[in-house]
Amino acid sequence: MQEAIRAIIGEAELRQGKVALDIPSLVENGNAVPLSVSVDSPMSPADHVKAIHVVNEKNPQPRVISVALGPRAGRARLATRIKLADSQKIVAVAEMSDGSFWSASADVIVTLAACVEDLQ
Amino acid sequence: MTARALISVPPKTKRGEVVEIKALISHPMESGYRVGPNGTRIPRDIIREFACTYNGEEIFRAELSPAIAANPFLSFCTIATESGTLAFRWSGDNGFAATETAEITVE
Repeated sequence: MQEAIRAIIGEAELRQGKVALDIPSLVENGNAVPLSVSVDSPMSPADHVKAIHVVNEKNPQPRVISVALGPRAGRARLATRIKLADSQKIVAVAEMSDGSFWSASADVIVTLAACVEDLQ
Repeated sequence: MTARALISVPPKTKRGEVVEIKALISHPMESGYRVGPNGTRIPRDIIREFACTYNGEEIFRAELSPAIAANPFLSFCTIATESGTLAFRWSGDNGFAATETAEITVE
């Protein structure tokens, strides 16, 4: 996960804050977990969120989703449903127009994991 | 097989208002990590990309991974600038491509 975050932010510093990551802390079914990310930003042409990335710790691939947005969004908010292969930490990273990166993380406990159930 | 898409856009809104757009499409989002009954891996079949344009201008783009749940759902916001068309495009593995449009009326 650290490498995936490094690949997103490069040499920049990752700061805590501005980002709100909303995901249930205990989920029964890892096949569809609601996730939403919102970022505190005026979303003006001079100061807006350019991208939101979500990465995870224990799925087979660290990247979950990357979205590109801009001042026309009005509000920096994203919601989707994701799969979780295990109880783990989720990190949301927001890339600002000034080149700074902000993040938030959440720990999720999964009772029934995605991916492990094979088709018998 | 044609995928069914569901779009939710407020049909009428005021100029300058932030509106929430929701897009859902039917797709298995097979991760490529599951094993089938014969012990072999089920090949990956996912939607990799989603984009939304507002009167031709791109307002939102997403790169999806196998970790997105089946029947991918995405919700995002935009400023209602003028009446017109929102166009949605999904593309992915095995040549998957789907488009959908929605009208928005701005008063």
